[in-house]
Formats: sequence, structure tokens, C-alpha cells
Amino acid sequence: MRSRSASWPRRIGHVALILLALAFLVAFLVAPLATVFVEAFRDGVTPYLAAIRQPEARSAIRLTLLVAVIAVPLNVIFGVAAAWAMTRFEFRGKTLLGALIDLPFSVSPVISGLVYVLLFGAQGWFGPWLDAHGVKVIYAVPGLVLATIFITLPFVARELIPLMESQGSEEEEAARVLGASGWQMFFRVTLPNIRWALLYGVLLCNARAMGEFGAVSVVSGHIRGLTTTMPLEVEMRYNEYDYVGAFAVASLLALLALLTLAVKTLLEWRYGDEIAAHAPGGH
Amino acid sequence: MRRQVLPGFGLSFGYALTYLGLIVLLPLAALAWKATGIGVHGLIQLLSGPRTLAALRLSLFGALLAASINAVVGLLIGWVLVRYRFPGRRLFDALVDLPFALPTAVAGIALTTLYAPNGWLGRWLEPLGIKVAYTPVGVLVAMVFVGFPFVVRTLQPVLASLERDVEEAAESLGARRYQTFFRVILPMLAPTLLTGFALALARAVGEYGSVIFIAGNIPMHSEIAPLLIVQKLEQFDYAGAAALGVAMLLLSFMLLVLVALLQRWSNRWAERSL
Repeated sequence: MRSRSASWPRRIGHVALILLALAFLVAFLVAPLATVFVEAFRDGVTPYLAAIRQPEARSAIRLTLLVAVIAVPLNVIFGVAAAWAMTRFEFRGKTLLGALIDLPFSVSPVISGLVYVLLFGAQGWFGPWLDAHGVKVIYAVPGLVLATIFITLPFVARELIPLMESQGSEEEEAARVLGASGWQMFFRVTLPNIRWALLYGVLLCNARAMGEFGAVSVVSGHIRGLTTTMPLEVEMRYNEYDYVGAFAVASLLALLALLTLAVKTLLEWRYGDEIAAHAPGGH
Repeated sequence: MRRQVLPGFGLSFGYALTYLGLIVLLPLAALAWKATGIGVHGLIQLLSGPRTLAALRLSLFGALLAASINAVVGLLIGWVLVRYRFPGRRLFDALVDLPFALPTAVAGIALTTLYAPNGWLGRWLEPLGIKVAYTPVGVLVAMVFVGFPFVVRTLQPVLASLERDVEEAAESLGARRYQTFFRVILPMLAPTLLTGFALALARAVGEYGSVIFIAGNIPMHSEIAPLLIVQKLEQFDYAGAAALGVAMLLLSFMLLVLVALLQRWSNRWAERSL
């Protein structure tokens, strides 16, 4: 180890750098995280439990789960299909398709919500038609789902493409030559080979789907009990000066984030090779 | 062609393209179409309004400053996590991803409470005359929070693969530590550092959730561009919101092109210095 053989002045330099980095991490990561739980339990356990048992909180939790349960599987199917096409075939416009998949990451969340208002809102392209047929998209659950799908679209595809690229297609070709049907090959060869990377992508996709704020805020209309997901409930309570209530719901989301990080770290430690080198997790 | 053995091109390509078309392309087309609704005159009037200009300026320069801070801080953290061994290293390494995993609204209210004049950190900064919450500095803090993991995570693999013998060669030839850093290590890291910078920048320009709570959203002072879009929508000014949205997309696109150019230049710098 370099640090062991290093001279004394250099070791002091190392320690100073470590302390500087830790000071930043404590101020920017540990302190905000601690704040969430300290504020949530400021008045004790009973008000905390009461705050997360309120009907608005329960319906926000249900809605958040519902949105994730629809958006995540759809993006998983898309991610697998896109990764299969991108890594197993050559075609013109491949780079463009890759750029399109990444596009939602470079668009402001507010714009991700805005585009659906412009499509399905009262003055939008399909707004009048939807209105005439009694279908509500904006200020209703379908809008929340669509905005969430847009925001989380790249996660699974991005995780799978580099891995499947590096794995190559020899095993799949062998399965085909030995007589496997397309779906047999997919379920017996492809899927087992990508399962940990897929789980990793689902994990990140789900965390974002449950935590998304900007995009859903634009399409939600903030109707209590009907269109407020957990992050929106946090915002509304905070703006009503119900700090314990806001931080109580926030603490549930923070727990979800911590759980996501724990599983993610575990996957990286145990199956690092099968997840492959991945780009940073996007936003 | 070897690859013809594999089935499913039509299905997977067709599905992916249709999905992208419906979820991404069609809505973006609606955005572009709606934006034309206000006309050239309306666009100039909108974009030259003092409040719009102030918001765009804060989003742009705030993001540039935040990404620069992130480049320095991210390099420091990446370096410390890769090069040194200390207790709790793996825990801190795992925690670096927290800004990716923590919902932005949660980060927003936590940072606001922390940096408010009576908060844990705000109360120490207040006597020094530094006001963070409800000022542009608060906007900056939130942008730094959401951006620094991008820099750390892009740098880490490259830092781990840096060959020590180059540094050792530089030192055995009599280079001082800072000379080795600025003449050998930094040029090798520059392209990656710029990638991280670009990712942090793109994120910060459009950031909404973590910023709006700590910003206080005072017009002409601490109001960011995405918030203006939300306000236009609340007034049912769809065309104005769309125009602002297109302006913001063009802005981030130009920034990314600029970073790509810088990257090309830094690649040459890296080659020259080897």
C-alpha cells in the first residue's frame, strides 16, 4: 500500500484530504438524511405514526405503488426489447436510437410533465377529443403514469445494453443451432445471463418511479386523495407548515432510498461481474 | 452473416421504436408545435422579459457554477475513495449514490431545514453573514447536492485504472507532488472529468424538486427557469410554457455541444502530455 510506505508529511496530506472529503460527505449526505428522521420524530413516535396513518398518506402510498407497478414493468419490457435490438443486430440509425433512449435523462422533469399536458390537457392535441369521450389523462392517474414512464424510460435499457454488448451472442447462437425456439433461447439463455443486471435496472427504475416529483407535479393537479403521490404529499404538507407530517412521509421515501442503496451495493459486491461496468445512475 | 441465426429483430426493434415514438417523440413534437403558437414576436417578448431573463440566468450560471464545484469536490471524493483506505470507506462509497436514490422533494425539504437560519448548518453560517436558504446560494447548494455523484461515479473507474508507474516516473525524475498532479494526473483525467461535469450540468440546469424549497422562489432573485414553466401552466398559458420549455432544451443542448468540443480539446491535451 502506498499510504503505508509514504513519508510523514505525505501521510498528513492524505489524512487532510480524507477529512476534507468526509466533511463534505457528512454535510451534504449524512446531515440531510439525519434531518429527515430527526424532524419526523421531533414530537415523538405517536404523532409520527398518526401522520403516516392519515387517509391522505395512505392513499398517497397506494397511488405511488400503483404508478410504479404500471410504469416499471412497461419500461422493463421496453428495456429488454431495446437492448436485444441494439446489441444483437446491426442496422442503420443505431446511434440515433441510443441517443433517443438516453434523451429523457437530459430533459428537465418539468418539461417531461409539460409535454403530456400539451398532448392531453384541455388545450392539448388530444384534449378536446378525450374530453368528449369522458377520458381524463391530465390531473388524473394516467397522466401520472405517463410522466413517470417518460422519466424512468432509460434505466433498464441503459443497464442491459453495455452488459449484453460485452457478453456477445455465442451462447444464444449455440442454443438456436441446437434447435431451441426463439422464446426458449430467450428464457433459458438470455434471461439467466442478464438477470442480475436486470434486477439492478429495475431497482434504479423503481426508486425513481416512486420518488419522481417534478414531472408528476406538473400533471397531477394536486387533488388530495386522488392524484397526490408520496412526494407530492410531502410538498403539500410542507407548504401547509405541517412539518412533522411532511417529514414523516419523507422518512418513508428516505427508507426506500436507503433500502435501494443497500440492495444495489449488495448486488455490486456479489454480482459485480454480471452487472458489468455501468455508467452513473442518471437522475 | 452470423447474426441471422438470432430471431426477434422485427419484434424487438419494432416494439422499441413504437414505444419511443409514443412516449418520447410524439410528446416532444407537441412541445415544438405548441411553442410555435406564440410567434416570433411573442417569443422575443417572452424571452426578453426581465423576470424570464433573470430566471434563465440563474438556472444557467447556477448550473455552470455548481458543475464546476462538483468537478473539484467530485475529484476530491473520488480520489480519496479510490486511493486511500480508512474506516467507513465502503459505507461512504455506497452513500455517494444517495442523491440519485433520494426523491428530490425529500432532499429539498431536508436541505431547506438544514440551511434555514435556525437549522443545524444555517445557524453557524448566519453569524458569518452567509445566508443560504431562500437565496441564490441555496439554489447552488441544491444543484451541488444533485450533481456531485455524477462526477464521482464517472471518475472512479478511471482513477482505479490510472497507472501508478507514470506518477512514480514523474516523481523519480524530480517532479514535485503538485507538479505530478497538474502535469500528469489532471491531463489524463480531464476528458472523464468533463464527462462528469457535463452530466452534473445537464442535471442542474433542469433541476426542480430539490431546488424550489430551498430557493424561496423570489422573483428576479432566486427563481429558476423550470419554476416559470410551472407558473405559466398554472395560468393556462400553454404556448408560453412550451416556448420556455423549448428555450431550455436548446440551452442544455448548446451546453452539451460546448462540453463535447471541450472534451475533444482535452483529449488532445491528454495525448500531448503523455
